[in-house]
Amino acid sequence: MIVAIASGKGGTGKTTVAVNLALSLSGNVQLLDCDVEAPNVHLFLEAQPEGREVVGIPVPVVDADLCNQCGECSRLCQYNAIAVLGTGVMVFPELCHGCGGCALVCPEDAISEVMRPIGVVEESRSGSVHLVQGRLYVGEALVPPLIREVRARSCEEGVVLIDAPPGTSCSMIAAVRGSDFVVLVTEPTPFGLNDLELAVETVRVLGIPCGVVINRAGAGDDRVQEYCAAEGLEILLEIPDDRRIAEAYARGLTLVDAIPGIRPLFASLAARIEAVPPITAGYPVEKSLADVHS
Amino acid sequence: MKVVVTSMGEGVDSEVDPRFGRASKFVLVDTETSETTSADNSAGVDATHGAGVQAAETISRLGAECLITGHCGPKAFRALQAAGIEVYTGASGTVTEAIEQLRSGDLQRSGGPDVGGHWG
Repeated sequence: MIVAIASGKGGTGKTTVAVNLALSLSGNVQLLDCDVEAPNVHLFLEAQPEGREVVGIPVPVVDADLCNQCGECSRLCQYNAIAVLGTGVMVFPELCHGCGGCALVCPEDAISEVMRPIGVVEESRSGSVHLVQGRLYVGEALVPPLIREVRARSCEEGVVLIDAPPGTSCSMIAAVRGSDFVVLVTEPTPFGLNDLELAVETVRVLGIPCGVVINRAGAGDDRVQEYCAAEGLEILLEIPDDRRIAEAYARGLTLVDAIPGIRPLFASLAARIEAVPPITAGYPVEKSLADVHS
Repeated sequence: MKVVVTSMGEGVDSEVDPRFGRASKFVLVDTETSETTSADNSAGVDATHGAGVQAAETISRLGAECLITGHCGPKAFRALQAAGIEVYTGASGTVTEAIEQLRSGDLQRSGGPDVGGHWG
């Protein structure tokens, strides 16, 4: 079963919920940190490294002796990553999304592909938690291919938790699609509510059931609760607005270990998550580029 | 020499468009015959990424040997260099005035990009 922890707004507590939920579930849990631009799950788990792999996207290389500048590759490319200029073809690897289409349409078979590294996938273990995290190289812009590589390392059995990147753009979609349930974390502020609404609309389009965790409950007003009631959204958990929680977080401690009384809250969330039925409809997980090209 | 000027509209009386990749139109002027044609750049305007590369390919296909525009970013400049097109930036006024600026030596030939990516 795959459960994604997501939120429209950043900084609402996705990682806090993901880590503490992982520690509250029974049995082995796989935790995928798909916030590859700023992975931070590892800060809260003392995990032993188990492996590290550089991943990349395939980018075209043109054999100038075979190329006749017909321009089929350039016409196909939606990202203008390959262009016929003067007497040659020029590739802009930083624009390439790695679809491989140019190599397929080239009538002269002049295009081959090489891997351009965009980041690393690191695996580690902490007790019952198997952590897989993606880390995008600084300056890289293509997030979904690395998220797909992280997800390609998820196992079939047990609970897989996904710490998704914030927002509702393509990177969030890449992290969330194909999951059985989405936990949407928000806070009781106008921004929290607005971005929760966007996230709910997004996961509804993806056809995935979702519930809401309200973090820092009591810090704002009741509009998030009113919205959830009006939309028929289950409130899975309310984490109280408590200075001790912020202090534990700032020290890199988990709430279930540091804050007395928090453990039962996450235990009930874990029980609720373990009862989630798998869904068979919806969009499948996208294949990693390595699988597509093999 | 065939010169392309980025422009807001068609014809030599149009204003120079300071953007290259997302310029509204390209006006092609043959400085020997004074023959002019205008070309559309909707492909560049609508491009999600790489508008400058797309525009360089478009004007290369038009047979341009020289480009006059306002600014030129890094990928566009690399593409134009590969296509063997001379780049002159900092142009203003109408297309006719820009051609005059080129003729009188008022425009400096660019040795590199003068703005970062995504400027326009």
